[in-house]
Amino acid sequence: MIGFLFSLVAVLVLVGIALVGVGGLGLKVLFGVIIPYAAVLTFFAGLVYRVVDWARSPVPFRIPTTCGQEKSLAWIKPNKIDNPCSTGAVVLRMIFEVLTFRSLFRNMKLDYREGPKIRYSSEKFLWLFALMFHYAFLVVILRHLRFFTEPIALWQQTLEHLDGFLEFNLASFAIGLPTIQLSGLVLLGGVTLLLVRRIIVPTVRYISLAADWFPLFLITFICLTGILARYVFRIDVVKVKEMAMGLATFHPVVPDGISVWFYIHFFLVCVLFAYFPFSKLMHLGGVFLSPTRNLVNNSRAVRHVNPWSYPVKTHSYQEYEDDFREQMVEAGLPVDKSLEEAAAEKAAKEAPAAPETQETEEKREE
Amino acid sequence: MDTKPEFKPGNFLYAGKASALETVGLANPRDWSPTDDDWKLPADWKGIVREGMAERLQRFRSFKLFMDICVRCGACADKCHFFIGSGDPKNMPVLRAELIRSIYRGEMKTAGKILGKLAGGRKLTEDVIKEWFYYFYQCTECRRCSVFCPYGIDTAEITIIAREILNLLGTNIDWIASPVANCFMTGNHLGLKPHTFKENIEYLVDDIEEYAGVRIEPTFNRKGAEILFVTPSGDVFAEPGIYTLMGYLMLFEHIGLDYTWSTYASEGGNFGFFTSHEMMKRLNAKMYAESKRLGVKWILGGECGHMWRVVHQYMDTLNGPADWLEQPVSPLTGTRFENAASTKMVHITEFTADLIKNNKLKLDPSQNDHIIPTFHDSCNTSRGMGMLEEPRYVLNNVCNNFVDMAPQVIRENTFCCGSGSGLNAGEYLEMRFRGGLPRANAVKRVHEDHGVNMLSCVCAIDRAVFPALMDYWVPGVGVCGVSELVANALVMEGQGEREYNLRGEENPSYKPPAEDEASAEAGEEGEE
Repeated sequence: MIGFLFSLVAVLVLVGIALVGVGGLGLKVLFGVIIPYAAVLTFFAGLVYRVVDWARSPVPFRIPTTCGQEKSLAWIKPNKIDNPCSTGAVVLRMIFEVLTFRSLFRNMKLDYREGPKIRYSSEKFLWLFALMFHYAFLVVILRHLRFFTEPIALWQQTLEHLDGFLEFNLASFAIGLPTIQLSGLVLLGGVTLLLVRRIIVPTVRYISLAADWFPLFLITFICLTGILARYVFRIDVVKVKEMAMGLATFHPVVPDGISVWFYIHFFLVCVLFAYFPFSKLMHLGGVFLSPTRNLVNNSRAVRHVNPWSYPVKTHSYQEYEDDFREQMVEAGLPVDKSLEEAAAEKAAKEAPAAPETQETEEKREE
Repeated sequence: MDTKPEFKPGNFLYAGKASALETVGLANPRDWSPTDDDWKLPADWKGIVREGMAERLQRFRSFKLFMDICVRCGACADKCHFFIGSGDPKNMPVLRAELIRSIYRGEMKTAGKILGKLAGGRKLTEDVIKEWFYYFYQCTECRRCSVFCPYGIDTAEITIIAREILNLLGTNIDWIASPVANCFMTGNHLGLKPHTFKENIEYLVDDIEEYAGVRIEPTFNRKGAEILFVTPSGDVFAEPGIYTLMGYLMLFEHIGLDYTWSTYASEGGNFGFFTSHEMMKRLNAKMYAESKRLGVKWILGGECGHMWRVVHQYMDTLNGPADWLEQPVSPLTGTRFENAASTKMVHITEFTADLIKNNKLKLDPSQNDHIIPTFHDSCNTSRGMGMLEEPRYVLNNVCNNFVDMAPQVIRENTFCCGSGSGLNAGEYLEMRFRGGLPRANAVKRVHEDHGVNMLSCVCAIDRAVFPALMDYWVPGVGVCGVSELVANALVMEGQGEREYNLRGEENPSYKPPAEDEASAEAGEEGEE
């Protein structure tokens, strides 16, 4: 609960900082130029640092989690996606994982009945909410690129057109309202559902840390301020674009007349960017590196090399035979050295060190 | 995170014995018990843990990544059999990982060091070590959570590394440390010496003669054999594993396989895997070493779960390349096992499935008609290998009544027996029954709906622990290895009346021969 409250307060404080900083103190250059550049720099540098840092640790063993039939006998059909037998199959597995959240789709929930009996049923809500959230976020980001590009590419126009298809239905009775962009609403819906799920599912609430609540609140407020800025406060989009283009072309300008609501939205986005590389949000990069997902399950067919492998102490057959030779001979088991040979060798050696250890080992083991 | 575990009889495992630790040179051998206040940790234990973690973060991308990318979505929360059976929140895979993640943050990350609990960090204390001991020996490394995790975070990997770190302090359990020491010195977990190992198998040979009327002469440590056969030693001495081993003996006799047992490499299982990567390598080395000494062409492995995770995903990397071996080819069918081209080791079930597919076995499945078997996929062969169809193919050919459990609880979704990864100790029975609940519950369903009376499996630990689990949760269901059912159905050359099964029980499916004066061969057919 501390994490929950702390995160909520932290986000409100961030809103306050932007409000006071721009609305009260007029620090437009700080919030419009310096912080955005710093945030973007932190984002990219941090992202690269984290991924490189992970990649520096090797993958000593080939440990894919196999979720289907392996490729074995020719007449048994392998499950190529869930138990990849080639690099191509791994690519396919990763595509399904990253684009469709295949593992989350497997999710099932259990409930206890009397008996005791346990039932397992399909549970797709997490998958659905996550899919809504991530795809809506992607569209929102792509859509925002229009602020940073001139001219607007065809794909951007098409995307906006698709995203705003409700326009036709609403236009008749909501004249004057900017085109409703679905992605923003779906994103707000998705993040709210994820937040509500985290609050009401007891197991998930129990495991949640501040690091889980904070990004949810942050993104919720980003959505809210964005939607307010667009539909309610109707900020001057032309001026915002002028400012964005300035940032993109490294000739920053801070036009007058942009509402403080924009700055609040913009500041929260900057915080998200700067926070990203140091948070769990790095699952964006991590998912591609996961050794249980991105490896071919062919470790018996192709040798995998461990870069830090080192020699270890083993108990050799010769030592073993020395320990048990008499019993082995008595039991009719073949030996490499006959009793006589071994005795002769022992006498010849006159080196008490080695045989002594063996004897002690024998005693210990008994 | 603040609730301390309470060590009560039935929920913790006895400490590793000093003598066992000394035999293999493990750290901090001493006499202690988890119920003691003072665990007699080494003087600089904090430094050892920090250094041990740092070293492993550099060596294992899996560990490093899994420390960083969890979003605590909760998909894994109810997937763990120990959580389902105990209700203990720290048995949710995500929290099991957080036990070590919180130390990673609190001791090694700037935010965690400064913000502490708020950043999900905490400091290393002796209580943390006690908690690790309790919960990392309450995970069977079954990987079920990893199937459902959107990033494939594998708690098995985290547990393996946590146990490695615990071993640096000498905090390990007797049920793992003693088998490791035995295995190192005598070649097998039970510490069976060469002559005893041979004698045990010879007793089983006598039993086969008594019940099936066939005399088999297995060879041991024989140089020049084509194939080395290695199976878990549990099958050599304990019921019902011994019947599985009798199954192997009869199968190999039936097809005239040129193979040998080894008393040195007399253990397929590898409890080193439950100790550290290094110990896994030290114990595993025997198989390849013995194959080289005996000059065999390739290795055939018996029914075992974690043995096969090690063979399939680790062995070649650990102790290969085994250049002296050849790519396995079945001498009966000529099938080249392309999937084992480098490791040169084949699973008995793959081998048997290939034999059946090529009509190399004379089978009479009606001998198993009184048995309604279901199949328990062991965690390791399903989620660390993917051997799902082969056992089902074999079962469907040697039995007429095979029934699968519900799709949510088989194949990659299979539930652990609750005693894997070295937790099958007697003192741990309560937790084992709790952890085994989901599996038992699924068996109960098919027992009630379809009359299932036999739980078949391809794992020696399963065979060791399921009888008690079934007796407790689902009385009336027996346990057997797949190879035992194969042997029941085998029509051996020159066999006697199969009135008794390999367990020496009267076989209800036995049908007396119709004609007395028929030729020997026809007589055989008549028995079927």
